[in-house]
Amino acid sequence: MSNNAATIELLYKMADDQLILGHRNSEWTGFGPILEEDIAFSSMAQDKIGHSLALYTILEQLGERAPDTVAFTRKANQFHNCILTELPNGEYDFSLIRHFLFDTAEALRFELLKNSSFEPLAQVARKVRGELRYHTLHANTWIKQLGVATEESVSRLQGSLNVAIPYALGIFEESPFEKELITSGIFAGEHELKALWINKVEEVIGETNLQLPDWKLQTPILGGRIGKHSEYLQLLLDEMSEVFNIDPTAEW
Amino acid sequence: MKERLTISKIYSWLDEVKDPEIPVLSLVDLGVVTEVEINGEQVRIELTPTFTGCPAMDMMKSEVIEKLKNNGVANPQVEISFRVPWSSEFISEKGKIALKKFGLAPPPSNKLFTDLEILGDAICPRCSGSNTELRNPFGPTLCRSIHFCYDCKEAFEQFKPL
Repeated sequence: MSNNAATIELLYKMADDQLILGHRNSEWTGFGPILEEDIAFSSMAQDKIGHSLALYTILEQLGERAPDTVAFTRKANQFHNCILTELPNGEYDFSLIRHFLFDTAEALRFELLKNSSFEPLAQVARKVRGELRYHTLHANTWIKQLGVATEESVSRLQGSLNVAIPYALGIFEESPFEKELITSGIFAGEHELKALWINKVEEVIGETNLQLPDWKLQTPILGGRIGKHSEYLQLLLDEMSEVFNIDPTAEW
Repeated sequence: MKERLTISKIYSWLDEVKDPEIPVLSLVDLGVVTEVEINGEQVRIELTPTFTGCPAMDMMKSEVIEKLKNNGVANPQVEISFRVPWSSEFISEKGKIALKKFGLAPPPSNKLFTDLEILGDAICPRCSGSNTELRNPFGPTLCRSIHFCYDCKEAFEQFKPL
């Protein structure tokens, strides 16, 4: 049964990442700097909330509460998303950098999970990884363009990159179940994922005028995976669940 | 006398159920019907989502249930499953022709690409021109991208390869 606890922990953190960043992406609807970006962030929001639903549905099959209940009734300290996903959108340069850093990791995570020994997760991973290629294509295209475009675009992205990197390293906060997940073949683990991520991030940033910090000198900002969040998460949850909480028993 | 149920009869019913967002394309041509099973009087259908977050999925499911009930199947079981991950390769030739007529470029074969760069090579569904440019990998629905044709100077959409 301990494998079950490990799987549940893994599913919650993944599903919560998708839901929270999906919500943040949806905040660009109507506010994108150009119409195409408005559509792109809105579409990625829809994808991510769909991915969270697929993962919450597996959790329900493992005996957890229904997806809507889990999404709309928990308090901030019951969420396991990494802090990177809950930070406010800021300006477009921050949202773009976060999207690039997070989705690079997420695409690699689902790549690793496509052969998971936990078949329901492997099935979702085989599906989602194809969709995430559009997210990474989008992120890489803009990072490569704006990362060499003008003095302003490069300095804005650089500023956001410097702020976001310690939070992005928090994506890989290890769970108490790393060993079990690895030995049972459910997931290759955060350590391996982080190494793949660093390679990919270096490859894309290497094609721009942006500078990556020395990884060894960075202190990851942790806590999200164990429910210790920034002040921004509860505000996000209050807004996200506002309509649901008017009448939690309403039929939609 | 009641006619005997057959798999092909069920497929012909499902061919009458259309994608709610692309009404020229049936669920069979879209390739989302991944299993049809008859067990005595019981019918079980498995559907696979095109895109995980596709909001039309629930509607497709209820339309399938309705179609089967209208044809006398009591209590049909319709499941949405990721068992067979949908690919744009599942769209039938008939479906691709219907898409083009509808003004939506059919997805290029994904056997040809390893990178999404092929998205830039869309063929305009109106003038068949190839002098086109990808404007946005995201469009009005999750399954469409937005392109521009320099031959007929019109924007168009393509069903995304997946």
